[in-house]
Amino acid sequence: MSENKEEALFQAKVDAEQKIEPKDWMPDAYRKTLVRQISQHAHSEIVGMLPEGNWITRAPSLRRKTILLAKVQDEAGHGLYLYSAAETLGTGRDEMVDQLLSGKAKYSSIFNYPTLTWADIGAVGWLVDGAAIMNQVMLCRTSYGPYARAMVRICKEESFHQRQGYDILVTLCKGTPEQKAMAQDALDRWWWPSLMMFGPSDKDSPHSAQSMKWKIKRQSNDELRQTFIDRTVSQAEFLGLKIPDDKLKWNEETQHYDWGEIDWAEFFDVIKGNGPCNKERLTARQKAHADGAWVREAAMAHAEKKMKQKAA
Amino acid sequence: MTNKEALFRYAVRMGDNSLVLGHRLSEWCGHGPQLEEDIAQANIALDLIGQARNYLTYAGEVEGKGRSEDDLAYLRTDREYLNVQLVELHKGDYAYTIARSFLFDAFHLALQQALTTSTDERLSAIAEKAVKEVTYHLRHSSEWLIRFGDGTDESHERAQNALDDLWRYTGELFVPDEAEEVLAKAGVVPDLADIRAEWSATVDRVLKEATLKRPEDGWMARGGKKGIHTEHLGPMLAEMQTLQRTYPGVEW
Repeated sequence: MSENKEEALFQAKVDAEQKIEPKDWMPDAYRKTLVRQISQHAHSEIVGMLPEGNWITRAPSLRRKTILLAKVQDEAGHGLYLYSAAETLGTGRDEMVDQLLSGKAKYSSIFNYPTLTWADIGAVGWLVDGAAIMNQVMLCRTSYGPYARAMVRICKEESFHQRQGYDILVTLCKGTPEQKAMAQDALDRWWWPSLMMFGPSDKDSPHSAQSMKWKIKRQSNDELRQTFIDRTVSQAEFLGLKIPDDKLKWNEETQHYDWGEIDWAEFFDVIKGNGPCNKERLTARQKAHADGAWVREAAMAHAEKKMKQKAA
Repeated sequence: MTNKEALFRYAVRMGDNSLVLGHRLSEWCGHGPQLEEDIAQANIALDLIGQARNYLTYAGEVEGKGRSEDDLAYLRTDREYLNVQLVELHKGDYAYTIARSFLFDAFHLALQQALTTSTDERLSAIAEKAVKEVTYHLRHSSEWLIRFGDGTDESHERAQNALDDLWRYTGELFVPDEAEEVLAKAGVVPDLADIRAEWSATVDRVLKEATLKRPEDGWMARGGKKGIHTEHLGPMLAEMQTLQRTYPGVEW
């Protein structure tokens, strides 16, 4: 079959909402886009363990410690499912991890912001996981089967993550003035970076149109961002916290909130590596990998010995 | 020491052992040698912290002064912590973490198995659940110790060094304090000499498979059971208790 014909068949399948599976024919660019996106997503889960892991040893009660540890553990699990999904496209986990460690592969920039107080753990759950869920719910219907199925599992756990974050803030906002101020401070610092998580505005997002056509993406960055804002405002009101945007206002006509302007200079700066924790995050991953090298070698050497013994 | 006082101290000790080791293992989360180990260690830490919550809640009830699990975990000083020193030592490299876990898990499993028949219903109920968890912990630490011992030269050396360093902290596991003596006499907890025999057999079996040498019994550290700790515990508790100490008496 000619390439053009294959591609037409592929697109017809996508248009008919049939899932593309690992052994199906697919355009090289589709495969490449998916590997990039899924591995970035996996890296984000792994790097995302660091800012939250920062508070596991300081969680203020045994119950909170348990919940936070379980959550960070879930993220490691999500990283595993996603690496496996990407592996079905022919790129190995080692290769993907090397790309992360060399700085070639990206991960979500949100994790380059520091978690400075306990309220940040609340804000990360509420806003960062909340924003991630918007994207992930959409990805449950993405055209590539293994990715869609991994996302279904992940979404179930993510909604628990968001609730635990919000619950931390509810407790803080019902607490002392100092605790409430801690919550407001966290919202002030996490609000705009959370909005940036949806990526550049549609007009500046070069790959978006093709990804929409392939149904890898199903909603645009701006649409998802608006839905997130519309949902989150009332949650902030319930907490009695003020979203740090003077232009935020309900618009009767559009039935959406109007809001201010993202600082895109900051967004692109952090992507380029100039965020508050870019260096720390990558260094922490590189150190874990380097320190673990002898462990992985030992496991391999032992497995080989066992195999030889069995064969003998 | 009355039976009630002994029971309080015992429940606190069991809770502290699990909490402190769970805390140490949780320090690996995000920093493990491979993703699967981040998950495994977090799992084990979660089991241990869950056990600690059961024991500390029970201790508070036995004491009858209204102290909760969090009061006991977050508002005691290191001199009031009653865990054995083995569990509080820093996490070290992965061989050190695994060897420490192995030495403790082998003891912990034998102890929890014996506690399932305790005449104290709460202790036996907690043990019933803990046995399943600790069986997995011991399997995990044994398998890794065997991989290290029988892996590469480097891993063998690291594992042997870790065992040699940690050995001096194993003596304390089997020396009863007054609370343990009182409770053993009353048939509430097992005789630690029996636990030692079982522990020793597990250690020999696994070390043999791992081609590692059992260190000689020499000088043994002790003191944890009466609140005399190593320099490792203070900083760990300072970190763990920071919010509760900085903002006293609030809900989290």
